[in-house]
Amino acid sequence: MDSHQLTALVVGDDRMLRIIHGKMLNSVGVKNQVVQNGKEAIHLHLSAQTFDLILIDMDMPIMNGIQAIKELRSLGICSIIVGVSARCMESHIQEFMEARLDDYFEKPLNIAKLTSFIHKI
Amino acid sequence: MGSGGRLTGNRLQGVVGGRRGCNGAEELARAGACEVTGEWKSRSPVKTGLPLWMLGLGADLLWADMNRLLAFLFHQGVLDEQFLQLQQLQDETSPNFVSEVVNIYFHESEKLLRNLRGLLMEREFSDYKKMGIHLNQLMGSSSSIGAKRVTNVCLAFRAATEHNNRPGCLRALEMLEHEYCYLKNKLHELFQIEQQRALAAGVRYPVQNN
Repeated sequence: MDSHQLTALVVGDDRMLRIIHGKMLNSVGVKNQVVQNGKEAIHLHLSAQTFDLILIDMDMPIMNGIQAIKELRSLGICSIIVGVSARCMESHIQEFMEARLDDYFEKPLNIAKLTSFIHKI
Repeated sequence: MGSGGRLTGNRLQGVVGGRRGCNGAEELARAGACEVTGEWKSRSPVKTGLPLWMLGLGADLLWADMNRLLAFLFHQGVLDEQFLQLQQLQDETSPNFVSEVVNIYFHESEKLLRNLRGLLMEREFSDYKKMGIHLNQLMGSSSSIGAKRVTNVCLAFRAATEHNNRPGCLRALEMLEHEYCYLKNKLHELFQIEQQRALAAGVRYPVQNN
């Protein structure tokens, strides 16, 4: 799929990371929206907005990525969900998979990782 | 940072005080880097009686200064290639992207550092989990701007929290605050040079008084 046809939602409470990840997606031609936390991501989906890709920070302190993903999946959201985390140990990967994450990246995310992932979509 | 701000072999071989061949730590030391502390100092501008930016040569010299400082910071392990990612994202639609993002990083990091110190200074401190959360945030944002040494200290700090090692955490916090301050000073210096370069690049001929 041409990346210019894709839409993405960036979810993260860290303002700097929202800006960087949004800009990275722009640079590879993916239109995107940005929200600050899992609750806002859920509200967007409840208002019938859909996205091909959800890029979610797993380290959010209030509603963490795992909780947000479980809620999104319970709403029947079938978007590709990719987590970004500061740590990706075996135990965390297990948790990510149980939450039905499609893929994850260890921070920092860069354009090469993003591009190679988008080409797989 | 300018759009051509990537480090390449050619850039590292820029003119240093009129001599060609910038070849690493030795050259950086001659350019003003202190071998012991690693402090880098800008060269003084040529004394002509006119401000450097009015000469029209300022932009090139400042560009060389910027690249030398960047090379120094990479050589010292203060920054890594992730910083180049930020520069790649800077374009005409967001010409100050790098400095804006880094300034947000400074603002947020100082809050996290205060939180960490506040936690550790509590008499009955025991919330290592909360400290781990702050550290994960700081580590994630530091690695995302290419702040390599800060990220590495965060890793060591996190290891200390996982062992409930309060003295280890205190030592790591001291080191973290030191590395953060050093990074902040150097990046401010870099952005200052960039601002001066942008001003100088906008002036092609000396100002004439009629």
